[in-house]
Amino acid sequence: MTGEGTGSMAEGSEPKGKNDGSPAPPGTWVKCPGCDEILYRRELEQTEWVCHSCNHHFGISRDGISVEEYLGLLLDPGSFIELFGGITSVDPLGFKDSTRYKDRLAKATATGRREAVITGRGNLDGLPLHIAVMDFGFLGGSMASAVGEKITRTAQEALRAETPLVIVSASGGARMQEGIFSLMQMAKTSALLGRIAAAELPYISILTHPTTGGVTASFASLGDVILAEPGALIGFAGQRVIEQTIKQKLPEGFQRSEFLLEHGMIDRIVPRREMRGVLSTLLRQFMDARAVRGAA
Amino acid sequence: METSWLDFEKPIVELEQKIRDLREFADREGLEFGEAIHKLEVKAERLRREVYSNLTPWQRVQLARHPRRPYFLDYLDVLFTDFTELHGDRCFGDDAAIVGGPARFEGRPVMVLGQQKGRNTREKMARNFGMPHPEGYRKALRLMRLAEKFGMPLITFVDTPGAYPGIGAEERGQSEAIARNLREMAGLRVPILVLVIGEGGSGGALAIAVGDRILMLENSVYSVITAEGCAAILWKDQAKAPDAAAAMKVTAQDILNFGIIDGIVPEPSGGAHRDPAAVTQALRDEIRRFLTEHASLPVDQLLDARLAKFLRIGVYAETA
Repeated sequence: MTGEGTGSMAEGSEPKGKNDGSPAPPGTWVKCPGCDEILYRRELEQTEWVCHSCNHHFGISRDGISVEEYLGLLLDPGSFIELFGGITSVDPLGFKDSTRYKDRLAKATATGRREAVITGRGNLDGLPLHIAVMDFGFLGGSMASAVGEKITRTAQEALRAETPLVIVSASGGARMQEGIFSLMQMAKTSALLGRIAAAELPYISILTHPTTGGVTASFASLGDVILAEPGALIGFAGQRVIEQTIKQKLPEGFQRSEFLLEHGMIDRIVPRREMRGVLSTLLRQFMDARAVRGAA
Repeated sequence: METSWLDFEKPIVELEQKIRDLREFADREGLEFGEAIHKLEVKAERLRREVYSNLTPWQRVQLARHPRRPYFLDYLDVLFTDFTELHGDRCFGDDAAIVGGPARFEGRPVMVLGQQKGRNTREKMARNFGMPHPEGYRKALRLMRLAEKFGMPLITFVDTPGAYPGIGAEERGQSEAIARNLREMAGLRVPILVLVIGEGGSGGALAIAVGDRILMLENSVYSVITAEGCAAILWKDQAKAPDAAAAMKVTAQDILNFGIIDGIVPEPSGGAHRDPAAVTQALRDEIRRFLTEHASLPVDQLLDARLAKFLRIGVYAETA
């Protein structure tokens, strides 16, 4: 959840009360939300935005690894081609709380971003794939019509080109300002993933900090394989909502990657630096096997 | 006066009671109050029209949650025969917030399932106020698969504030259970009719609401988050729930205007609880119509249309 009330459902879900989704002065130094150590920005960029001291993985947001950096981490250099970048959010309900949704969109767009997800195609060790990477820095990575549409179209392209699909999630959940349209994107994206599954194309879901609400309760949880970065907050309900409902404090580590692994909800925890290798290995195995069967 | 009436209903209910009392008194005493009663009835009708033709979104939310509103089991009892409730998800447990099993509708075998809120305190606790855990959604999926196996059309009744937000629900994969249902319902090889009869609360509702034909009762609501939840986050004040309900556009008419549902089932003036038999009859007609129209469609055509229906949903701009 960003500090501006973006409309995500997972407010108050940041680790130790820190807020790594909020804008920080774009200085040379960055304070690690995990251990409070002051880190040199240049050095963080070289370690893929992972704290050398406590292994905190900075989220995909304004103050952390950018979508472009994340794509660079996973794909062969220069291979990414953006698709559906012209799809952007509008204000279907004429929504206004303390601020107009239109103004929130304008402010988010002013950062140079266009939407809470970037989609396209690229290669991983020469293997063509389609990919979507969410951006927590754009209205908390919240699920909007445009987000659902971009992800759905990208999945349709994967289906058409018979490539694997990879989605890297980072989201506070629904974009409430789009009301029922936001909710229905869960059904829309999940319905198409059913077709990907039926076509026996691999879909790998990568969960980063944080992934909550409607995104977790749809495409993020539907991967053939679900990989998560260490320490990521992953859940359905926001922690404040749960605490208010059950009237007690949540246990340490609740809804973190390690908690999900222990409960059998994800396949592996993969440090950012190793993500590319694991992804490549799995996708090649699945696609090789699929090709052998197709030839038989 | 019982407390289970909403503030804006009370003047109407009180006037109606007065008319009943007067009529009884006249009958008992053999008196002729015809004209007085007629006047009161005209007044009551005017009052009903005044109140019910100008319901605010928040009043609709209140009607959708009305303590007297018919719940899934009230309809189930009347609309279906030979219902056999089946329990459990075969993984963890049974969730009383979701009820389901095979039954017959006018002689024809169907699978029916839905959320159940509970009428009194004890029932509410047992049914967790209609807020399912993952095992509820997994039981629902198990019944859907059973329906598919035997070619039984599926009819779901949606009425939940939302999926339960608790520790156990998270531990057992609430997100995964909901997500899986969305994907599997989209591909389920039998016709699916979805009836939103009260609260369509977020992902917890959607997880049993992907279908070929989606209808909402006139005073039911469908929203991405409860009005209170939205108000707490965006207005920082739960008391702003009426504003949030209006802003999110949660009424059946709104949702129909957005092209997300296929129709509205009318309720009697004042809401389903004022005349449950009338609503039940309207639902019976809709179910019969659905089964007649959808039962013979080729399955692949059904599934393509179902997918296309959801792919169309969304409002965005697109430039080259």
